[in-house]
Amino acid sequence: MMNATAGSRPRKIIGRILFILAVLVILIITLFPIVWMLVASFKTNAELLNVKKLFSFSFTIKNYVSVFVERNFMLPFKNSLIISTSAVALSLLMGLPAAYAIAREKMRIFSGIILVIRIIPIITFLVPWYLFFTKIGIAGTYTSLIICHLIMCLPLIVWIMIPAYESIPLDLEQSAWIDGCSRFGTFIRIMLPLSAPAIATSSIMAFITSWNNFMFALILCNSKTNTLPISIYQFITYTNIDWGGIMAAATVITLPIILIALFLQRYVVSGLMAGAVKG
Amino acid sequence: MDRNLKWVFTVPTCIFVVAMVLFPILYTTILSFHSWRLSANIPWKFVGIQNYVDMFTDSRFLRSVWRTFYFSFVALSFETLLGVSFALLLNRKFRGKNLIKTAFLLPMVATPVAISMVWKLMYEPSIGIFNFWLRSLGMRRIDWLGSTSQAIYSLIIVDIWQGAPMIMLIVSGGLTALPTEPLESAMVDGASAWQKLCKITLPLLSPTIFTAVLLRLIDVLKTFDVVYSLTLGGPAYSTETMNILAFRQAFEYMEFGTASATLVVFLAIVMLISFLLLKIRSWVEVDL
Repeated sequence: MMNATAGSRPRKIIGRILFILAVLVILIITLFPIVWMLVASFKTNAELLNVKKLFSFSFTIKNYVSVFVERNFMLPFKNSLIISTSAVALSLLMGLPAAYAIAREKMRIFSGIILVIRIIPIITFLVPWYLFFTKIGIAGTYTSLIICHLIMCLPLIVWIMIPAYESIPLDLEQSAWIDGCSRFGTFIRIMLPLSAPAIATSSIMAFITSWNNFMFALILCNSKTNTLPISIYQFITYTNIDWGGIMAAATVITLPIILIALFLQRYVVSGLMAGAVKG
Repeated sequence: MDRNLKWVFTVPTCIFVVAMVLFPILYTTILSFHSWRLSANIPWKFVGIQNYVDMFTDSRFLRSVWRTFYFSFVALSFETLLGVSFALLLNRKFRGKNLIKTAFLLPMVATPVAISMVWKLMYEPSIGIFNFWLRSLGMRRIDWLGSTSQAIYSLIIVDIWQGAPMIMLIVSGGLTALPTEPLESAMVDGASAWQKLCKITLPLLSPTIFTAVLLRLIDVLKTFDVVYSLTLGGPAYSTETMNILAFRQAFEYMEFGTASATLVVFLAIVMLISFLLLKIRSWVEVDL
């Protein structure tokens, strides 16, 4: 209807074809590296190293065997899972009440501080923490890594939760107070359930951030607490790069995040947009 | 109890923030006035502003500052241009729109180190697919990551791939929230599509675009994972940003005094730019 005045029929068809072509090109460029990673992870190293066989592809799961059996990726997988879930859980424990108080008591200064922490490059924290953790002898432990991941997760969760609590009408709480419910009680019984979607959004974003973190792992992990992003380097030695193994490892590392993006898309989108709406 | 609840609720977070954020910044600032190497087991030595003097006469540092800005500026310009164009292009109803939106999420959330490894394979001079395509087209091969003039642009391409979807996502959100009346009245007045875009849509959209750029800039200035895993700042420091330089000074050369001085300047630059832009944004919003 909008195009009824603009141009004749053939022009409309050409426009439509151009549009589809443009969308396809964008889609291919966006997905290509991820598809290439998947494809390469099922190729043999002989195929990967021979440029003439770039598009031939004999399906092999040898690379995955090498990832899980020879390189024992179950350990870093477990480490990543422990560190990320602990960091998210602790951040929720501290962040939810804090976000609620900041929202209800209009403690504007705190939302400013949270913004500043998000802007500060995390490498600024790394030197002092590394020295401190080494001094008290906990460098390389789960504790040290979880503490570091908290500094990324906690501000993220508070940041997403403040507007969520602000949007819940005060009346809902007030009527419960009149009925004799304590303020703590209303927080647990009314505010938490009502903010469940935002809690899901913030937890998912915090989990992704923690799962993907590389810099802390690079400095603080030891051979027992290696997380996934750092473990990919096992496949690179001075003499050899095991491309097949790297691609299988990259797939294993990224797969949980891709699944989250596919199945919890709504939450990921609102999480990524969270900073854009307000602040 | 109820009156004190706001303090009970915020104190754990406050203590954590002071301990984990304020302490490191103070510590780094103090350390930046000292000379100290971890490897040599000697106490801190106060050197005044010597680290800063050295830093600003060190061409490697000065070039890393310039490179950080250059990288951010080039990457962000393309990301904004592409992100806004895609958002405008996709701002209509069509089948498969959801598929596109999901596809766009992947570069933003996929683990950067893992994805960098895929780019490393694609950039590989002899077995990478990019050079295979170039040769098929009869063009010369490019040493994507190994040449000092090319490497930084190869990194910028990866950053654009990750960042353009972010801008698109935010601008798309802004587009759906735009009021429809101005466009309708423009249509009644017989404005062309181009006029509508330049005179109405883009001006109305500018605060959203600005926010998207600001959010992305905060991340781009701090790019680490991609640079570390693709080039480690090389070849010959040609891709060394401030983040990478500080990291190497600290954890490769173990010169923590020098590294701290670099970090203080890096922190100051990132904060200054962010707050300048936040300030500008609040003016832009008031104007509308």
